Amino acid sequence: MDAWFMQHIDAYYLRIMVLIGINIILALGLNLVTGVTGQLSMGHAGFMSIGAYTAAILTLHYGVSFIGALIAGALMAAFFGFLIGIPTLRLEGDYLAIVTIGFAEIIRVFFLNFEPGGKAVGLYGMQQFTTFSLVMVIVIVVTLLNVKLLNSRYGRALYAIRENEIAAEACGINTTRMKVAAFTVGAFLAGLSGGLYSHYMGYIAPQDFGFMRSIEILNMVVLGGMGSIPGTIIGAAILTVLPEMLRIVADYRLLFYGALLVILMIFRPNGIMGDIRVYDLRKRWQTKEVETCSKS
Amino acid sequence: MQQIMKLEGITQEFGGLRALDGVDLEITRGEIFGVIGPNGAGKTTLFNIITGIYVPTAGNLIFNGQKINGFPPYKIASLGIARTFQNIRLFNRLSVEDNVKIGTFGLEKISFWGSLLGLPVEKKAEREAKEKSDRFLQMLGLYEKRHEYAASLSYGEQRRLEIARALALDPVLLLLDEPAAGMNPAEKEELMDLIRKIRDELKITVLLVEHDMNLVMNICERIAVLDYGRKIAEGMPEEIKNDERVIMSYLGDLGE
Repeated sequence: MDAWFMQHIDAYYLRIMVLIGINIILALGLNLVTGVTGQLSMGHAGFMSIGAYTAAILTLHYGVSFIGALIAGALMAAFFGFLIGIPTLRLEGDYLAIVTIGFAEIIRVFFLNFEPGGKAVGLYGMQQFTTFSLVMVIVIVVTLLNVKLLNSRYGRALYAIRENEIAAEACGINTTRMKVAAFTVGAFLAGLSGGLYSHYMGYIAPQDFGFMRSIEILNMVVLGGMGSIPGTIIGAAILTVLPEMLRIVADYRLLFYGALLVILMIFRPNGIMGDIRVYDLRKRWQTKEVETCSKS
Repeated sequence: MQQIMKLEGITQEFGGLRALDGVDLEITRGEIFGVIGPNGAGKTTLFNIITGIYVPTAGNLIFNGQKINGFPPYKIASLGIARTFQNIRLFNRLSVEDNVKIGTFGLEKISFWGSLLGLPVEKKAEREAKEKSDRFLQMLGLYEKRHEYAASLSYGEQRRLEIARALALDPVLLLLDEPAAGMNPAEKEELMDLIRKIRDELKITVLLVEHDMNLVMNICERIAVLDYGRKIAEGMPEEIKNDERVIMSYLGDLGE
């Protein structure tokens, strides 16, 4: 399968598509926390690094199979998401954002001094186990499960927490528990994408998972539309492709990147897909004529 | 006569401020009970204590013979105490239907794996939520608007949606915090009919806080009056209207 892809698709494009896939998994995790549940987390890259390092160390030093290492990395990240979630999710908004930045920094500095993780040099020599088809399969599974979850009672309850926490609690929703659960699942997905990332790049270092990385993931969710799955996917795709496309303007790349973000946010403040609902689209499709004229 | 809710010497202090001072209250099953009093008398604080948002500094809260102070709000909700809010708190960017469906979530525990995998238990709970939302939206005349965002409803409709959401919890006790605020006289009439209907047809005990004396005197069977965190009177509407302390502190001359 992958051999076929490698033969027929340019290696450069294939690489971008793999990175898009990894970023989609990452962003869907953060979407669950920030977009759906409304808890502003600015340390998502921290969980990604836990998954990346765990998986890499397991395959490099312990000879664990790739799939096993991938799952272990994701579970490890989920465990830390759970641990960090319990105390921090009592905080709201700006305060939560600051605390999550702090935790991500702690994780980064930990890996900077972590002997088995190669300290500042990082880890290298991981085999490229991550293939295009594997990433696509995981993306599809994760997306389907996300859709399923968000359309269920659980998902509705998470949206309710975002919309009004006090009212959600008065409706009988255990908001603390659900916020921690969302955070844990978000961290799990970040860990999963971290494991895929480390076994695609073949090299990871603490600076790959710094504050800017967290912001980049947050951008994907906000740009696509908070809480929208198609939006998050589009956001992740655009923000992965954009820096590549902007290579033509060379040194001004980041300037254009920033400007495009500003422009998009001015014209679609709720994100690209933020205020689009299937119901509205269907209604617009069905009512082809404007009714107001004929009635008078 | 069976009491459903009993407050014993409820005291609530915020720093140095004593918002409620030894309030005793007994609410009987099946009645419409009103709490009135000037602004800042502690009415909303009382509601927040009953629904678990505040834990009282002193005193006991007994619901159906069970002591419930210190229970978190979601647990109190799942015991069957539903409420509306003085300043409307809807899930604005969710549909009207979803708002009511979420109101039922206290009835059955929401399981993560059940939701993720679509297990039969979850499916059944979802069906029930849908049935309930249809029923209450029809009852409150919002059925036609069930797909709209809650934020796009008019003020009066939003107030009704809050009641629909509270009813979806199948409560035994319904707390209404200033349900008539901002309504015109016709809407107030409708609201009175609705509150009676809730009690008579759904057999729900109603506890309400309200400033509109006409509404309170008309539908409440018993009334308690708070002033500076103390209960200064309690009784039937006629008694309250003629109580000197109440007239002095709150009612003034009713113009009769």
